[in-house]
Amino acid sequence: MEAWIEVIKNLDWSPLFISLKTGVAATVISFFLGVYAARRVIKATPKVKAVADGLLTLPMVLPPTVAGFFLLLIFSKRRPFGEFLYANFDIKIVQTWLGCIIAATVIAFPLMYRNARGAFEQIDDDLVCAARTLGMSEPRIFWTVVMPTAGPGIASGTILTFARALGEYGATSMLAGNIPGKTGTISQKIAMVIQDGDYLTAGVWVFIVVVMAFVIIFIMNIITGNKMKTVKRW
Amino acid sequence: MGIKVQVKKKFSGFDLDVDFVSSSSRIGILGRSGCGKTVTLKSIAGIQDIDRGYIKVNGNVFVDSKKRIILKPQQRKVGYLFQNYALFPTMSAAKNIMAGLSGQAEEKRNRAAEMIERFHLKGLEDHLPGQLSGGQQQRVALARIMAYEPEMILLDEPFTALDGFLKDRLQHEMLEMLDEYEGIVILVSHNRDEIYRFSEDLLIMETGKIVCSGETKEVFRNPGGREAASLTGCKNIVPVKRLHDRLVDIPDWGIKIRSTKVLPAEFSYIGYHAHDFIPVWGENNGNSIPFNLKSTAELPFEQQYFLNAQGMEICWFVQRELIKEIESRGLPRFLKIDPEKIVYLN
Repeated sequence: MEAWIEVIKNLDWSPLFISLKTGVAATVISFFLGVYAARRVIKATPKVKAVADGLLTLPMVLPPTVAGFFLLLIFSKRRPFGEFLYANFDIKIVQTWLGCIIAATVIAFPLMYRNARGAFEQIDDDLVCAARTLGMSEPRIFWTVVMPTAGPGIASGTILTFARALGEYGATSMLAGNIPGKTGTISQKIAMVIQDGDYLTAGVWVFIVVVMAFVIIFIMNIITGNKMKTVKRW
Repeated sequence: MGIKVQVKKKFSGFDLDVDFVSSSSRIGILGRSGCGKTVTLKSIAGIQDIDRGYIKVNGNVFVDSKKRIILKPQQRKVGYLFQNYALFPTMSAAKNIMAGLSGQAEEKRNRAAEMIERFHLKGLEDHLPGQLSGGQQQRVALARIMAYEPEMILLDEPFTALDGFLKDRLQHEMLEMLDEYEGIVILVSHNRDEIYRFSEDLLIMETGKIVCSGETKEVFRNPGGREAASLTGCKNIVPVKRLHDRLVDIPDWGIKIRSTKVLPAEFSYIGYHAHDFIPVWGENNGNSIPFNLKSTAELPFEQQYFLNAQGMEICWFVQRELIKEIESRGLPRFLKIDPEKIVYLN
C-alpha cells in the first residue's frame, strides 16, 4: 500500500492531460467530419457510395500501425506534402502533439462515420419531406429534425469515438512518438513502464483508465437516456 | 381557384402520366395500391422528382418544365398529411405544431395554443408522438398543417392506419375540421366510401394514368371503364353484345336484356351493382337469370350470396327487409335485372 501511495505522489500527470486533450480534439473533429461524410454518402449514387464507404471505413479495419505507416508517408518532412506544410505554414506533424491528434482522429473517425450513417439511414424519408412541406429550411431540418431523431446513434458513435481516440496507441506511436510531456499519452506510458518492469506505475495508470472509461460511459448514458426515454423506437 | 396538373415520370414498374384540371376545392383520387396516387400527390407537394410536368395551383406555377421552373417544397405552401403522419418523434405535440412557424416565440406559442384548442389536444401538449394514440397523432399532424396556413392540403390515405370503429368517427371529425378550410383539399384513397363522402370532383387512377374524372356522383353513376366501375364498387362486370337499340346479349349469364329505353351507341361490358338485383320467386317474366347457390357470407347488416349462372359468378348482396323475406320464402328462383340500373362500360 505504501508503495502505491509513493508512486502516486511522484506521478507525472502529463500523460493524462495529453490523452484527454487528444481525445477531446479528435472527437470534436471526427464528430463534424463523420456527420458530414455520413450525410454526403447517403445521398450519393450506389457506386460512389460503395467506394467512399470503403475508403472511409478502411482505417478501422487496418492495423493501426499500417495506418501509422501511411500517415508517416504523407506527413514526413522528407515527403512532398509534409515538406510543403513545413515550408509554407511552419507546421510540423511528426513527433508533435498535432501528430497525436491526427493519428487519433484517423483511427477513431470511422466509428463516428459508421454510427452516424447507420442512424441517418434509419430516419424515415417522410419526416424530412414533412419538414420541407412545412417550409423549414434545410439546415433547420438537419439540426432540429434529423440530428435529434438520429440522437442515440450519434451519441453512441461519439462515445465510441472518444474511447477509441483516448486509447489510441499504434498509429500515435509511429506518427507522434512518445515524447514525455509532449506526445506521451497514457497508452504509450503504460507500454513504456511495462517494458521497464515497473508494474506498479503501470497498475496505477491502468486503474485511472478503467475509472475514466466507466465515468465517460456513465455520463453519456445519463445524457442520452434522459432525453430519449420517452421517444418510441421500435 | 383551380388546379392544373400534368406530370410525367418513368418508374421501373410503370410510367406515371397524369393530366387533370379541376376548379373544385374538394378533389378525390381513387385507385388501387401502387397505381401512382401517392406519387402524384407527392409531386404536387414537390417531394417527388418528376421527369416532366406542369403544375399550377390557384394561379401559382409550381412546376413548368418548359420554362425550367421547379419551386422547392418550402416555397409551395402545401400541407401534406402523410399515411403515417410523419410527426417529429423527438418533439412534443406542441413543438411539432410550431415546427413550421416563423416569427416571435410568443406568436408561435399563441398560434400553437389556438390549434391545440381547435383540435382537442388540451393536456397532450407535452406528450411525444410515441405516447399518443393513432387518432391523436392524426390530429396533431393536421394541427401542424393548419397552423402553417397552407394554400392547399393533400391527404394521403389518412384513415388506412386506423381501426374500423375509430375510422368512422375520425373521418367525420376530419371533414368537420376541414369544413372551415377554404383552400383546395385533395384526398387520395383506395376506399370508395371515404372518397364519396369527401370529394366533389373525382379522379380514378389505374397504373399511372387517370382513366376517369368528373363530378363525384356522376363518376360513381357512370364510371365508363371496367377498372373504374370495379373501384366505385360494382361487383358484377361482364362482357356483352349490343344486339340492337333496345336489346343486349349477356352470354356469360345466358340471358338477353330488353330495355325500354334506347341503349348507348357503343359499349362492350356492363356493370351491375350487387344490391340492385330483384328476386323473383314466381315465373320468369323476362330479364331474369336462373342460378345455383355457390356460397353465402353473413355480415352484421347484410347477407352476401355468391351465385353461379352458367359457371359465371354473380354477387348478390341483400339487406334488412329482404333478408327476412328470403328467410321465410327461401331463395328465389330467378334474379331480375332492372335495365335502368345497368352501368354501361367500354
